[in-house]
Amino acid sequence: MSAMHEPTAQQIKDEKLYRQMGMTDEEFDRAVDMIGRLPNYTETGLFSAMWSEHCSYKSSKPILRKFPTEGERVLQGPGEGAGIVDIGDNQAVVFKMESHNSPSAIEPFIGAATGAGGIIRDVFSMGARPVALVNSMRFGDLSEARDRYLFEEAVAGIASYGNTIGIPTVAGEVQFDNCYSKRPLVNAMAVGLLNHEDIQKGLASGVGNTVLYVGAKTGRDGIHGATMSSSEVAVDKEAELPVMQAGDPYLEKLLMEACLELVKSDALIGIQDMGAAGLTSSSAEMASKAGYGVELNLDLVPQREEGMTAYEMMLSESQERMLVVVKQGREEEIIELCKKYGLEAVAIGKVTDDKMLRLVHKGEVVAEVLADILAEDAPVYYKTSEEPAYYREFQGMENIEPVVEDLKETLTALLKRPTIASKEWVYNQFDSKARSNTVVAPGSSAGVIRVQGTNKGLAMTADCNSRFIYLDPETGGKIAVAEAARNLICSGAEPIAATDCLNFGSPDKPEVFWQIEKSADGIAEACRTLNTPIIGGNVSMSNEVNGVPVYPTPTMGLVGIVHDLQQVTTTAFKQAGDVIYLIGDAATEFGGSELQQMVEGKIFGKVPTIDLELEAARQKALLKAIQSRLVQSATDLSEGGFAVALCEKAFDAEGLGAEVTISGSAVTALFSETQSRFLVTVKKELTTAFEALVKDAVKIGNVTADESIVIKGENGEALLDGSVDEFRSAWKGAIPCLLNSEA
Amino acid sequence: MRFAILSFPGSSCDVDMLHAVRNVVGEGAEIVSHTDAKLENYDAVLLPTGASYGDYLRPGALAQSSKSIEALKTFADSGKPVLGVGNGFQVLVEAGILPGAFLRNKSLKFRSGNAKIAVQNASTYFTSNYEQGQLITIPFAHEYGNYYVDEDTLHLLNETNRIIFTYEDENTDGSVANIAGVLNEQGNVLGMMPLPERAVEEIIGGTDGLPLFQSILKNWSEKNVSHA
Repeated sequence: MSAMHEPTAQQIKDEKLYRQMGMTDEEFDRAVDMIGRLPNYTETGLFSAMWSEHCSYKSSKPILRKFPTEGERVLQGPGEGAGIVDIGDNQAVVFKMESHNSPSAIEPFIGAATGAGGIIRDVFSMGARPVALVNSMRFGDLSEARDRYLFEEAVAGIASYGNTIGIPTVAGEVQFDNCYSKRPLVNAMAVGLLNHEDIQKGLASGVGNTVLYVGAKTGRDGIHGATMSSSEVAVDKEAELPVMQAGDPYLEKLLMEACLELVKSDALIGIQDMGAAGLTSSSAEMASKAGYGVELNLDLVPQREEGMTAYEMMLSESQERMLVVVKQGREEEIIELCKKYGLEAVAIGKVTDDKMLRLVHKGEVVAEVLADILAEDAPVYYKTSEEPAYYREFQGMENIEPVVEDLKETLTALLKRPTIASKEWVYNQFDSKARSNTVVAPGSSAGVIRVQGTNKGLAMTADCNSRFIYLDPETGGKIAVAEAARNLICSGAEPIAATDCLNFGSPDKPEVFWQIEKSADGIAEACRTLNTPIIGGNVSMSNEVNGVPVYPTPTMGLVGIVHDLQQVTTTAFKQAGDVIYLIGDAATEFGGSELQQMVEGKIFGKVPTIDLELEAARQKALLKAIQSRLVQSATDLSEGGFAVALCEKAFDAEGLGAEVTISGSAVTALFSETQSRFLVTVKKELTTAFEALVKDAVKIGNVTADESIVIKGENGEALLDGSVDEFRSAWKGAIPCLLNSEA
Repeated sequence: MRFAILSFPGSSCDVDMLHAVRNVVGEGAEIVSHTDAKLENYDAVLLPTGASYGDYLRPGALAQSSKSIEALKTFADSGKPVLGVGNGFQVLVEAGILPGAFLRNKSLKFRSGNAKIAVQNASTYFTSNYEQGQLITIPFAHEYGNYYVDEDTLHLLNETNRIIFTYEDENTDGSVANIAGVLNEQGNVLGMMPLPERAVEEIIGGTDGLPLFQSILKNWSEKNVSHA
């Protein structure tokens, strides 16, 4: 649409055209009130983007306030591109997780790839060198062709971006449930490292300083991406959706190297990624945060297409672009620096003192709005919350044990469940060792990279069991944090901070909003108890298909510090003769468990309980034992329970098996998903020292040299006996097999 | 010994190579940009992996048209050692310095992992610190790892003992005769898809790549001592 044919301000109001941009009547009236006149077409576009949920967190702000965001190590909490946490030696780790769900539902390869690109930019725009990637994805159960397609393409897309730019993907998780059918979740997390003095912020300050545009040209792609990401995917109306933005990891590699050189320059004032709502959000936010104004001459914006309007340029989400503010008079050296990397850098505006975001196009002022109004004054919604009937019903149910006929068949079937099965098919597509720092690659509890020049490491993981959160959001929220922390502990790391990616259905549904509230309460409490402040994150609402929301999925990304790389521990058994310990007893807790879903075809009832104090105490004790190098291998019990965890410890160990004795009901002992439990192995000669530190640990058997899994009852009777090979092939073959099925 | 690590835009794993040579092997190494590829003062050239020019067109296809390739050819013609790994191997093939071509992996997917490879010729500049037939484990990560040569070339490579490494497990990605690494006719240019620079320290998963760098160092030292 050319500017000439744009509707007038009066038409926008009379014909309620703002609704097409995702604004409500009340929001439009609020904008009119605040600027004291009717906004024109471009300005309405600015409001609709900046006041979208994606940019303004208007519905989630009251929720986000619940989270602890401070801690002794936190250098930068939420509000910038990514949070920053001190790791000692004048270094800090920078990380954040972000969703790219809506684009991935439509064009999974490009959608997932672009998601990785966006979060990487968030990290290097803080001045940090991205050193690792983590991802968390959800898909339908692979029985439908569309879900298999979404899964295959999203994995290939997210892999392609990381592989091409040369940042290793060291951890991740994928879960499958039909609540995600046709509505996948693709969450990507990037982790970077910097020296304290290199921390950058997105500020446009100093009157007369120059605004530079660096990177790819602006095209008509992704217009209104921020608004789209805040709405439901119309599965049958894919053709009507706007052209999606596509990423170019090669260009981003150049942009990254240029920015990392740029942050060393004293000519730099501020830098911000043109992410969601592109030029609009970067310019308005940089001005607003600094307390200045920005004037842009849109004629100077590098454009990929002819005849672009101000509206199109401001709302484009073309990828691999950065907005950079530099000292007046120092433009040339920065432009030269960018040229060295083959990048175009163009002065497109300047910092002003009137706090306005002013846009000039073809000699005319086409928009003039206070930056604060756009960036800070979106309405805040206190949505209605209502406890759903299902929750009351489930809370009234007794804990019952699913009926299991044959323990071995059940274990084999569980190992073939895609959520439990080996994710080798996924992570073999990632270059997990680029940059030569990967100490633990995907496949263990958490990924671990070393920090070069020190003896330290960083461990990272993502986790969220959304079935628990659906059944009981508050308890489920606690479990999500606790489980992610357990992954780090089992790797020998002390958890230091968290990021979150809150994926939910529409907050306008009172029952969904209740899920959001309650899960946030659980997450906040667990983060406080486990001392992992939330330093940033992302909210993705309206993940629904045909009005049905996905399970509430607030994915937690945690980072931990390994104080000495010698303390890194993995899942796999190490040596025959080692003693196997179980920490934590099983209770009859199957609500939301993998076994319940498999046997009953649905989930219901009460979820496993969690006592955060007990959780913290066990984590602390186990970490101490690991740090004292008393532990050979460690893993936490999660989906599928004890038997699955025992098998997994044998799968990556060559020529080893296990013989253990359990007590109580076999089904509960083997498959319950009771929380705060670990399975560890200890060298025989270290058992006394280990037991002194980990009081809850119970000796249950030994690692054996005969590649079989033998589980006996209290009276020595064999309950389950199978070769590691048969279990392993079931576990490894499941996902490739599901993908090859023709159903 | 002075190593040049020839880096193109997108050669992300130049840092892996730099770390291996400088910090682990302990020799002089510098990343040399393709724009100022003055190679004559170096003793060896390493072409790292990554995605030079974003792998546009074909991996290595755009890098081979870089001016620095002329300097590289001159360097190789002088008989000094050149090692290309991963994308670096692809560049050497695209530049015609090594024979063959690369196809997309048989699985059509990017794949990474640890490959078990056999040292088929342990009497080269690059492999003399290995045992003949030694099995080593080296990481790999590529989407175009499917090495192809026609039958005549394969015959020639076999006759002249220029197939240096072969895959001994299922990680061939379709490569003809399970070839994982080949040598040029003069014996001073080696290309391989597995990445030895990622196997030089226990902490990152093994040291089976270390003898390769030590071979280069030893052979260079011997030659330079005898010339002294």
